[in-house]
Amino acid sequence: MILIYAESPDGQLKKVALEAVTYGAKLATAMGTSCAALTIGTVLDAGSLGKYGAGKVYNIAGEDIDNQNVARAIADVAEKIGAEVVIMPFTSTGKSIQGRIAARLNAGVVSGVSALPDLSNGFVVRKPVFSGKAFADAKITSEKKVLSLMGNAISLEELGEPVGVETIDVTLTPCKVTRLSIDKQAGGIPLPEAELVVSGGRGLKGPENWNILLDLAEALGASTACSRPVADMDWRPHHEHVGQTGIAIRPNLYIAMGISGAIQHLAGVNNSKTIVVINKDAEAPFFKAADYGVVGDLFDIVPKLTEAVKRLKA
Amino acid sequence: MKLLVCISQTPDTTANISFKDNSTSFNPDGVQFIMNPYDEWYALVRALELKEATGAGSVTILNVGPASNDTVIRKGLAIGADDAVRIDAEAVSANFVAKQIAEYAKDKGYDAIFFGKETIDFNGAIVPSMVAEYLDLPFVALAQHMEVNGSTATLKRDIEGGVETLSVDFPLIISAAKGLAEQRIPNMKGIMMSRRKPLNVVPAVDVTNPVEIVQYEMPPAKSAVKLIDPDNMDELVNLLHNEAKVI
Repeated sequence: MILIYAESPDGQLKKVALEAVTYGAKLATAMGTSCAALTIGTVLDAGSLGKYGAGKVYNIAGEDIDNQNVARAIADVAEKIGAEVVIMPFTSTGKSIQGRIAARLNAGVVSGVSALPDLSNGFVVRKPVFSGKAFADAKITSEKKVLSLMGNAISLEELGEPVGVETIDVTLTPCKVTRLSIDKQAGGIPLPEAELVVSGGRGLKGPENWNILLDLAEALGASTACSRPVADMDWRPHHEHVGQTGIAIRPNLYIAMGISGAIQHLAGVNNSKTIVVINKDAEAPFFKAADYGVVGDLFDIVPKLTEAVKRLKA
Repeated sequence: MKLLVCISQTPDTTANISFKDNSTSFNPDGVQFIMNPYDEWYALVRALELKEATGAGSVTILNVGPASNDTVIRKGLAIGADDAVRIDAEAVSANFVAKQIAEYAKDKGYDAIFFGKETIDFNGAIVPSMVAEYLDLPFVALAQHMEVNGSTATLKRDIEGGVETLSVDFPLIISAAKGLAEQRIPNMKGIMMSRRKPLNVVPAVDVTNPVEIVQYEMPPAKSAVKLIDPDNMDELVNLLHNEAKVI
């Protein structure tokens, strides 16, 4: 049996959670077993997890606030249903609970995995290491295993039908942590889940020039990101900072404008499927990591690109 | 406050990565090693600030690694930690390291244990939450701001697309993200003093390691960039639509 924690902040199923369910369902098939998904609290349309491959969907009442009681509840469910593998998304939640669950279950843990395990010689699973500069294949030899899945690493697939949600008899212990607030930018797709990302650097010269970037993002339906200096100068909010000290993303398309491509920035984005670089300096190191490049003045190029995108979509 | 800061040694952020022995192990030749930046810039400095604010207590550095890590540990002492402990073993996996740290810290009565949010080599973000579970302590991951009021800490942490604010009583475990503190450069006095500060080496406890890296692989080389005429953005859109198939 495989158990997937389908985290659902604000009661909404996250795309990474659906990806984790598809991943778990495919692993279950390869291992000749079945898989179940677990949600905590009131979750909109939790039964739809069946479509992505969950044979069963369990729910626990309560709130996903304190990683300690959440991890314990997930480990309890894993033991109750005899799960050999527990899978969750590699997110701010996953990073809070993965080690705890592994400790509870006495399981080997590999985080941020990017492909299905190879079962031909034990249980070997691949993950990016050295901030995306290489991959490592990790062999887990313990009986129970914990994995967290990188966002956008596998494609969503509809593998089944919606199922009913079953309440499972596990309760959350009292929280040791109190949530005072959550401040999220309204709307928009969180960066780690975004398939299309438009990102700006110092070459934009100031926050007042961001509208050309925002126009392109809107035309594409893309999320917005920025380089470290831009976040440090408060031109853009901190949570948009991608790179070694910000967040690592792997969208299908990453468009970088006015970013030179320092190695610390590349570390956060070099797993993107397609990279477009727009920069006036033809020697900018980012062009070496790019699939497509445009050398020239971004203030001239980006509005033209936005118009071209609109023509495609028209 | 009695504080513990767990640090790792990692290759420098700009290091060229290569492997040896048929790509089964990391090749350290020509690589400069540093203290993992999240551990040094944010975790260690915030712990030092906490001690300075109360004017009492201690900051101890803990590392799991071989004697070759001592240079990086001494740097932590030069930045301002009071003493250091090295658990003498190769850090073979997150499971192994977490167990070593938990066994060392379990009866020491630390008010807070700090980690960086992840190491820049294995990018795991596993050890802090694992230690938290072994020690039965609350844990805040990805903390980017911390205020202390008596026995309670208010922490802001990075979540997808925003910030979550939490309140937790000590003792607790924190993993540090950018913003929790500002990097400190060790001064000459700190470097001189660091030589006299204790660095105790303790043996590892016996742990069965459940995770082993069997193979490394470099990503496939990127083909050369395709340059597009700045006056022909329709061509770029066409390539993204029909060739890359991403829009």
